[in-house]
Amino acid sequence: MNADLLTPILRAPERLAAYDPAQWDALLRQARAALLLPRLASLADQAGVTTSLPAPVAAHLRAARTLARKQAQSVRWEVKCIRRALQDLPVPLILLKGAAYLLAELRAGRGRLFADVDILLPKSLLGQAENDLMLDGWTMSHHNAYDQRYYRRWMHELPPLKHALRESVLDVHHAILPETSRLRFSAEPLFEAARPLPGWESLRVLAPADMVLHSAVHLFSGEFEHGLRDLADLDSLLREFASLQFWLDLTARADALGLGRPLYYAMTQLSSCFATPIPREVVEHMERYRPSQAVDALMRAMHARLFRPGSPGRPRTGKTLARQGAFVHAHWLKMPVALLLYHSIYKSAIAPWRRDGSGSL
Amino acid sequence: MPGLLKLGDLSQTELDGLLRGPGLYLQTGVFRFAIRSPFKDVARALRLLYAEHGVAAQGEFADFHVRVDAPPLRKFLRPQSQFYLDDQTPFKPLPRPQAAAMLEWGMNWCVTAHAHQYLILHAASLARDGLGLIMPAPPGSGKSTLAAALCFRGWRLLSDELTLLDPDHLAMAAVARPISLKNASIEVIRGFVGHAVLSDTARDTAKGTVAHLRPPASSVAAADVPATPRWIVLPRYEAGAAARLSPLPRARAFMELAQNAFNYSLLGEAGFTALAQLVNGCDCYRFSYGDLEEAVTLFAGLEP
Repeated sequence: MNADLLTPILRAPERLAAYDPAQWDALLRQARAALLLPRLASLADQAGVTTSLPAPVAAHLRAARTLARKQAQSVRWEVKCIRRALQDLPVPLILLKGAAYLLAELRAGRGRLFADVDILLPKSLLGQAENDLMLDGWTMSHHNAYDQRYYRRWMHELPPLKHALRESVLDVHHAILPETSRLRFSAEPLFEAARPLPGWESLRVLAPADMVLHSAVHLFSGEFEHGLRDLADLDSLLREFASLQFWLDLTARADALGLGRPLYYAMTQLSSCFATPIPREVVEHMERYRPSQAVDALMRAMHARLFRPGSPGRPRTGKTLARQGAFVHAHWLKMPVALLLYHSIYKSAIAPWRRDGSGSL
Repeated sequence: MPGLLKLGDLSQTELDGLLRGPGLYLQTGVFRFAIRSPFKDVARALRLLYAEHGVAAQGEFADFHVRVDAPPLRKFLRPQSQFYLDDQTPFKPLPRPQAAAMLEWGMNWCVTAHAHQYLILHAASLARDGLGLIMPAPPGSGKSTLAAALCFRGWRLLSDELTLLDPDHLAMAAVARPISLKNASIEVIRGFVGHAVLSDTARDTAKGTVAHLRPPASSVAAADVPATPRWIVLPRYEAGAAARLSPLPRARAFMELAQNAFNYSLLGEAGFTALAQLVNGCDCYRFSYGDLEEAVTLFAGLEP
């Protein structure tokens, strides 16, 4: 089962009607590995094939819907708990990524699977927020001194927090990209443009253009673990926000914040994976962010391999290489050369010999 | 399951060929596993324990594609075995001799972690004349031993530890897989069931000494037939105790089932409603026993 059966369905769900049990077998495995099983269930509904599915296939999709429903309920509850823990902060919390899509009732939030909740706060309030969260039962997952320093001095977020009883995971961001990043920019305009969430007092989500930019920047700065799921989020967001004003805002924002390159990469992959409708003027505008021909071809090839669903049970050299390439590229973007050398030497030569668990990352 | 070739009808070469190649498509009640493994002891255990189970043609639909193999770099140095669902490894590797037991635990995990179309209870389930018996209990209370004894004395085995309840129709589905016996109960069952077919014992596992028991052919043959829940019994083994059933209040039975469920909270309202209906439609008892013979006699008298 080497063929990619998933992205053709994401582009054109009506093809499901022609799938035989053997194709469903491969499709379910690819969707499960990509965290897209519940999305596949809604696509089956959309294609009108749900009632004519082979019984075991219908059972898997039903299970996936149940899981997604439960996760949506848990994330809503989790956000309430976090909001209560941080009620003394003088500013509203900004939700990012999955939790934002869900609470803003965007299509990207429907049937999405979650690993954590992400929030964004001004850097000046981090100390107080951390304190309040600890009092509420949240603990740090990275304990050793090196990792603490790595996150606090150089990254754009605190080390992931885990709730002692609920075991949920929270990422507290204070910027969009690492402090040390080549693409560094101020998060200030994002805070200013954030929108209130109807029905959710003292919570905000990013404005549509910023939401898309954040999602794209996050994905194309090295967070490829759930790459296809995150790309599917972007596809949903773009299809839903589709107004002319939105596209104008998006390109203007990318220009102003210097984030054209990751947005260019995102659009290239969205076109080829999802056939996402992008206005011709926007495509033309984004051309200015196209890297040199050689780099462009290399990045396209690398990204294409990262987003194509694998063949579970059969590792492919191409995908492994692409993953390693993306890892190196992401770190290149994250840090200046001297720091990158220091971090690499520490992680490869020193950390494995220490007994404090700093060998990961 | 009717219409399928039986695993016992495959030659050793055919079985090895499937396990090392495209996978053995094994039908276990409502689930079909595609299994691969290069290990001879895994092939032997499958041949022994699943002789009566159906084998589907390779390349057809399977619910779970699983594999037990050596983790990378650990083929020769202190050999280990690892369980894979596609590329996922839900467990840490175990010592090499536990490979066959690991496959059984891994297959259980596939069901509990994914099959949320069912309310999944940590309970043994059996049936008699289409009526279902559910025995929820924490490990060590003797539910697998009791299930093993009952399924060789007139009851049909649905599962020794995973009760699958369809929340819409309140029907119990069968998996009819081998029964996991621990420590002293291995010899007890060997003595109680004259012709018991048991796998090699795996020693020093997290659960102690473990062996798996082949389920009766009649249970395997009827594994696609659902059962209607009728009795809920909480068993407890006590050395020397007389077999005794005592009534259990329904609310108590509800709580016991909820606590022994794998995905009760995941199903949300549907789980609550299904459990409430289940408890309302069943006779509920506590049961203590010290002797299997007495226990089996007493269960034979349960009112339909």
